[in-house]
Amino acid sequence: MTKQIRQLDRVVIRFAGDSGDGMQLTGDRFTSETAQLGNDISTLPNFPAEIRAPAGTLPGVSSFQVHFADYDILTPGDAPNVLVAMNPAALKANLADLPRGADIIVNTDEFTKRNLAKVGYQTSPLDDDSLAGYVVHPVALTSMTVRALADQEVSKKDAERAKNMFALGLLSWMYSRPYSSTLRFLERKFAKRPALVAANVAAFRAGWNFGETTDSFSVRYEVKPAKMVPGTYRNITGNAALSLGLVAAGVRSGLPVFLGAYPITPASDILHELSKHKRFGVITMQAEDEIAAVGAALGASYGGSLGVTTTSGPGVALKSETISLAVALELPLVIVDVQRAGPSTGMPTKTEQADLNMALHGRHGEAPVAVIAPKSPSDCFHAAIEAARIALTYRTPVILLSDNYVANGSEPWLLPDVESLPDLRVEFATAPNGDNGTFLPYLRDPQTLARPWAIPGTPGLEHRIGGLEKADKTGDISYDPANHDFMVRTRAARIETIPVPDVEVEDPDGNARMLVLGWGSTYGPIGAACRRLRQRGFSVAQAHLRHLAPMPANLGEVLRSYDRVVIPEMNLGQLAHVIRGKYLVDAIGYNQVRGLPFTATELETMLEEVLKNV
Amino acid sequence: MSEPVALKLTAKDFKSDQEVRWCPGCGDYAILAAVQQFMPELNIPRERIVFVSGIGCSSRFPYYMNTYGMHSIHGRAPAIATGLSVSRPDLSVWVVTGDGDALSIGGNHLIHALRRNVNLKILLFNNRIYGLTKGQYSPTSEVGKITKSTPAGSADAPFNPLSLALGAEASFVGRTIDSDRKHLQSVLRAAAEHQGSAFVEIYQNCNIFNDGAFDQLKEPGTRDDFLIRLEHGQPITFGAEGRFCVVHPPGGFGLEVRETASVRPEEIVVHDATVADPAYAFALSRLPGLDLSNTPIGVFRSVDRPSYDSVVQGQVEAAKAGVTETPEQQLAGLLGSGDTWTIL
Repeated sequence: MTKQIRQLDRVVIRFAGDSGDGMQLTGDRFTSETAQLGNDISTLPNFPAEIRAPAGTLPGVSSFQVHFADYDILTPGDAPNVLVAMNPAALKANLADLPRGADIIVNTDEFTKRNLAKVGYQTSPLDDDSLAGYVVHPVALTSMTVRALADQEVSKKDAERAKNMFALGLLSWMYSRPYSSTLRFLERKFAKRPALVAANVAAFRAGWNFGETTDSFSVRYEVKPAKMVPGTYRNITGNAALSLGLVAAGVRSGLPVFLGAYPITPASDILHELSKHKRFGVITMQAEDEIAAVGAALGASYGGSLGVTTTSGPGVALKSETISLAVALELPLVIVDVQRAGPSTGMPTKTEQADLNMALHGRHGEAPVAVIAPKSPSDCFHAAIEAARIALTYRTPVILLSDNYVANGSEPWLLPDVESLPDLRVEFATAPNGDNGTFLPYLRDPQTLARPWAIPGTPGLEHRIGGLEKADKTGDISYDPANHDFMVRTRAARIETIPVPDVEVEDPDGNARMLVLGWGSTYGPIGAACRRLRQRGFSVAQAHLRHLAPMPANLGEVLRSYDRVVIPEMNLGQLAHVIRGKYLVDAIGYNQVRGLPFTATELETMLEEVLKNV
Repeated sequence: MSEPVALKLTAKDFKSDQEVRWCPGCGDYAILAAVQQFMPELNIPRERIVFVSGIGCSSRFPYYMNTYGMHSIHGRAPAIATGLSVSRPDLSVWVVTGDGDALSIGGNHLIHALRRNVNLKILLFNNRIYGLTKGQYSPTSEVGKITKSTPAGSADAPFNPLSLALGAEASFVGRTIDSDRKHLQSVLRAAAEHQGSAFVEIYQNCNIFNDGAFDQLKEPGTRDDFLIRLEHGQPITFGAEGRFCVVHPPGGFGLEVRETASVRPEEIVVHDATVADPAYAFALSRLPGLDLSNTPIGVFRSVDRPSYDSVVQGQVEAAKAGVTETPEQQLAGLLGSGDTWTIL
């Protein structure tokens, strides 16, 4: 039959199923196909901490949302236009997020009495009128997949497991996606088991062909490529971009990268990724605990490497004493905190921005460090390089605050020209700097206030450093009151005077009286909300902080030039508290801690309320 | 590599300009002097030697050595030294620690450094007390010890540091005494020659808070009957004229001390530090009684096992082998790997 083709400018699809149904992989493949087509993309994986929660239950539901459009987009979308529900639990867990009229594709094979009972459905929602407001497409995904693979040399179990590829084939047909990258992916993934390659490819094609022939889907959609800056792109998650940024920092500094890490969600993928790049001289050490991980990184920095440790909030808490030692030793150290919902174990696979206080203040004594935060998945690459630049230039620990949302979300990344990346080369001390051939390990560079980095192996510069307070210049142990006061103030000044770029304000018509200030991963939702308000005729200014310590020199002036400052954060107002204290500006906090990113809609509604009262 | 040039260093070259600030009479002075006198033997330039310590009296040690040094934080020296050693295989890295630093707050790092066989020489000064915090019991203090924090006597069973190290898969384990410079240096020599982790327990007297803890092993009247001096390849006998010996009784798991006259010569255990099974060295470590009778000193165990450093560096070298591109070219290739698309 001839299918109608309809043009759309944007679509949000959510793939949802059991943890074992392969929804993350399915979403990832659909994203890759969509990227190949040239749409702009933003993704949001959402999965439980349990690896395999009991099958068919609500806690076991795993989902992957992808938003793609023919223009540049900033978020993974507030509400899906299409839900793929692989079982009753996936339907129940996600239905509330769907607007009326949305398409729901359900795997009817899983809507058994038992599975319905597991999630508290008395009757099947497919049979009553509870889904009346939606366009439901019942598809026997599992049994059709098994039938399609009848001739394949795979077990029934493997055939059933290929149902996600059937779903992917169907969706790929429905949205006219190019699928050659998926076929190549399957060949790579199952390279050692050709029978599985054939089975999964067959399942994919069966799904595609089903879409083409069935009456259930009368419309096929197209979303034209977005107008994007010319260049070569790849789709990338925040954790992957951050890892590549660290490799790049090693290349551009000429120093070996040493990563000390202890596995922790959602930061472990950085350890996995960096462990693959030994040919760049990257050493990764899976330490016995978080403390050893940062200790080893600091030891490597002492020896002339770029020492890095990656973790999440609970790990930063454990590393705190060593970070303070690094403050006293004045050595480079990059600490990556991929934030998750806390306190304690909290919700390890959900996002939050509640470690800002800890990053800024969470150490004993006066122990200032530099703090920066990426605003999007691809920005993690540049944030990692910036963290390394500050650490190496100013010989200081730098905390990089990523979070689960940017770490696991993805977007197209315009590949940078390697030669255009910052030059991070540093000079180690090679000769005495004091009278009569003496070496003064705490004699500072007057510009950067950095002390010499004299690494072991350098003749004539043998010296001792430690956690005890040091005398200015000589670094000898000192209990002198005036010296301690001087050293505390100097350590504060050396962070406070790091030059960082001015904060930029986006205020297209220049008439805004309200400024929305954000930091880190809220950039997308805040930006999307501001755009919507502007499209409706409101004037809104947006500024976003990458540098949290030190803050940009022009920030106070920017804040004071607006009648209202609103600070949305996924915490209870940590940046707002700092801004109020530091700049005496009556900032309004907007806070939620649900473990999920803001939606553009809720921010739009909130900001509109504020605007009415400006 | 060219032949090593004799550096002609002396003990004086290893003394820093810092005033030594241990209590007068502390056993640490003797250890410091012995180490400074031993260092020239290594024939390693001072700049390639690093001492890393944690917190405690012993951990002030790096300040007094004219080498590179780091006085770090409590218990973490093995972790910090691991990062340094793995990333800088050209260095000779020494860890100085105490019984509280290594076995209490830093116990985890110690056992993991040993299991990995990181190329560290770890000197544990064991005085069986907390000195710097003024006299609390330590994880090697005897049960019932009366201290400031245990007025009714300590309820904790102590660690046997050598048993612990052996249980943690240490490839080199030795013990010596602060006051016996010659013996101390002989154990340091063996430790320095060992590739991988070398763990050396040094009995050290704290004359302020736990004075005389090891007197039986030091007093001329008792030491010969208390000390078992292990020598590789030699039958283990001790006491005046070899009055006692060590045997492996049939049917038993461990080693026992007997009167030499009561056993046949072939029953006496011949010390072999290279025995692969750590059970032998473990049995040696269990010989001492609560009164320190039958205390072996010397090298208990010294076996060959690849060091963590060499394996890690080997993987890096293997990955780099055959790379002809510049790092920038490699990076450009890495960034552009995977599924990419181009917009014109």
